[in-house]
Amino acid sequence: MESKFLFLANGTAAPFAAVPESGFDQFRTAVLEKVASGCRVMAFFAVPGGENSYQLIAVLGDPSQHGLLAARSSVTEKFASLTAECPSFNRFEREIWENTGLLPENHPWLKPLRFKHADPGVTGYFGMKGDAVHEVAVGPVHAGVIEPGHFRFECMGEDVYSLEISLGYQHRGIENMLLNGPDARTAHLLETAAGDSSIAAAVNYAQIAEALGAAEPDKAALKMRQIALELERCANHIGDLGALAGDVAFLPTASFCGRIRGEYLNMTAEFCGNRFGRTFVVPGGIRYQVTAQRAEKVRQWILRVAPELWNALELMFDSPTVLDRFENTGNVDKNTALALGLTGVAARASGLTPDARRDFPVNGAAAEPVGFAGCGDVFARAKVRYLELKKSHEFLLAALAEITGEVPGVPRSNWSAAADMIAVSVTEAWRGELCHVAVTGSDGKFRTYKIVDPSFHNWEGLAMALRGEQISNFPICNKSFNLSYCGHDL
Amino acid sequence: MLKSLKARLFQGHRTGKFPTSAPPALPENFAGRPEIDPGKPVDAAAVESVCPTHAAQVAGGKLAIDTGKCIFCGKCAEVCDAVKFGKEYRMAVMQKSDLISDGTPYTPPVPQQNALAELCGRSLKIRQVSAGGCAACELDFNVLNTLAWDMGRFGIQVVASPRHADCILVTGPVSQNMLLALKKTYDAAPRPVWVIACGSCAVSGGIFAGSPEVNDGVDSVLPVDLYIPGCPPHPSTVLEGIMRLMGQKTGKEVKA
Repeated sequence: MESKFLFLANGTAAPFAAVPESGFDQFRTAVLEKVASGCRVMAFFAVPGGENSYQLIAVLGDPSQHGLLAARSSVTEKFASLTAECPSFNRFEREIWENTGLLPENHPWLKPLRFKHADPGVTGYFGMKGDAVHEVAVGPVHAGVIEPGHFRFECMGEDVYSLEISLGYQHRGIENMLLNGPDARTAHLLETAAGDSSIAAAVNYAQIAEALGAAEPDKAALKMRQIALELERCANHIGDLGALAGDVAFLPTASFCGRIRGEYLNMTAEFCGNRFGRTFVVPGGIRYQVTAQRAEKVRQWILRVAPELWNALELMFDSPTVLDRFENTGNVDKNTALALGLTGVAARASGLTPDARRDFPVNGAAAEPVGFAGCGDVFARAKVRYLELKKSHEFLLAALAEITGEVPGVPRSNWSAAADMIAVSVTEAWRGELCHVAVTGSDGKFRTYKIVDPSFHNWEGLAMALRGEQISNFPICNKSFNLSYCGHDL
Repeated sequence: MLKSLKARLFQGHRTGKFPTSAPPALPENFAGRPEIDPGKPVDAAAVESVCPTHAAQVAGGKLAIDTGKCIFCGKCAEVCDAVKFGKEYRMAVMQKSDLISDGTPYTPPVPQQNALAELCGRSLKIRQVSAGGCAACELDFNVLNTLAWDMGRFGIQVVASPRHADCILVTGPVSQNMLLALKKTYDAAPRPVWVIACGSCAVSGGIFAGSPEVNDGVDSVLPVDLYIPGCPPHPSTVLEGIMRLMGQKTGKEVKA
């Protein structure tokens, strides 16, 4: 069975021809068996082959082997859907159908994912009928400063029986713009796929580039990448915890965290000038020189701000009124999380333990993952963030102290991608696993550059969290996931 | 209750000094408005090949950077000594032609007729619409609502309904899939309504310009009153721009 998959360590490449090709039935069985035995679906996509045919490529994460598995199968017009047996394939199959026209036969409910060929939001929805039933439709424009999406709640009284989330409003055509790269735009397009996860995206792209031919960075530069990633995680987790406090009207923590989040963005800007870490991580290393003094300045900065952060968060977690709203709200049980293929904070809060920092390590020890046997509610998703912040701080303080010399900046690296290769990279972004897969053609240009944002896996989790909830609990359920619209829509 | 009060004392008063008395604190590598030194030679091929958005253009040996297209990656400055990304954060302009940086001296423009100040006084209600934004512009606009910036001090408030809005602030290049929703939001706002294009995408399409899935900026579909460059714009750039549009004074002007 092993021969049906090519093993790839994280951030490495192999000749595309080395990816074992099998007939679709064999491919399908092998993939489903792997998923049943504990592998995760990282990517499933189609690359154009010859004469109306496509190569379907599955990339699975195998935590037991600390690496990724790739397999492929050539199909024309249609293939037998995997979604009914393994719901994590749902969005991948809708995407393949929308992008290529390949029909996943017997998909439980095939409908547009990003509305590339239809008016946005115009499709069939799950509905309920009855005198006491009502439907609440929200969006695409929401009531706050937030990205657009369309939500349909099927309710009886205040109780939500079903939530369906229809996205695609942020679709900018990024994957098409990446074709025939790498070029001057590539890194920037990836950094803005989801602009709050720019550093994770840049790390992934750098690893893909380095696998395909860019110069290897030195150890200190790799350490700086991990530092930048944890700063990004801290800023976002702090923002989310503050927003959760705000949504239950616990204003002290909301106010404190709103301010403290900015401190961590400014720490990132201390290294590269940009609060979101744009262009800090580049193929070959990092772009701006980091001196020991600068690392120490940021370390002292963290030591100064951290007590204020813990004070703000402990105040919230000590408050019975907050806990009453968080606990037993928006439950997603472990089996549901597993079936949907949830990742990151949401998965860990439901008692699963995926974490690319441990499962697919690059450059040794990263921030320690949090194994939190959570109960899958809003409280668990908040608590996981709090525990991760603790671990990230331990890592940051230790790692910054290790920067005792000058980490050189690599302004520009001229590299060209090796021909006919497949490269994969997975990074534990603050929301969860962010996966990039690149396939190059005979000219060394990207035939495909696939982005799988953690939100792509997790939107279905939010929909499930709302079942049986009051509609008034939607805001805290939503914030407890805080998923990316643009990262999903690409 | 006592715990909250104790925490409140511990956290202290943290609203920043900008814009009431001090210029913003900017990091060393901050990339503000690009400055061009006309006295230095320009390698046209090098500059144009590294610019990801065609913001840097050379005509007749003279370099000009369209700050509305620029994503402030600074790649041109790496290959050309004539460009320097300085600390000038006051980049918002009312006329599109003022977005061009070509070596002529720059002073942040003020509105020719201050209709907004006449009608709204010191109050501005903003409805924000993300139309293909990557969340960075949205997040760094949102921080103006935190106590660190507290833009409510200046009468600027985010509202949920366009019916309550004086102004629509748009982020993102205007994706095809958000075009209708943006137009409906604009139509729902009472007249007159001001439109702010916030961030390179909203100004010109930014890094996404040319994609068939986007509209290359807000002014391809709505009249725009304020263009705020940046990818994303620093919060001080956004706040200063909005306050200038409102005829309010900021930064050093206040002190003088």
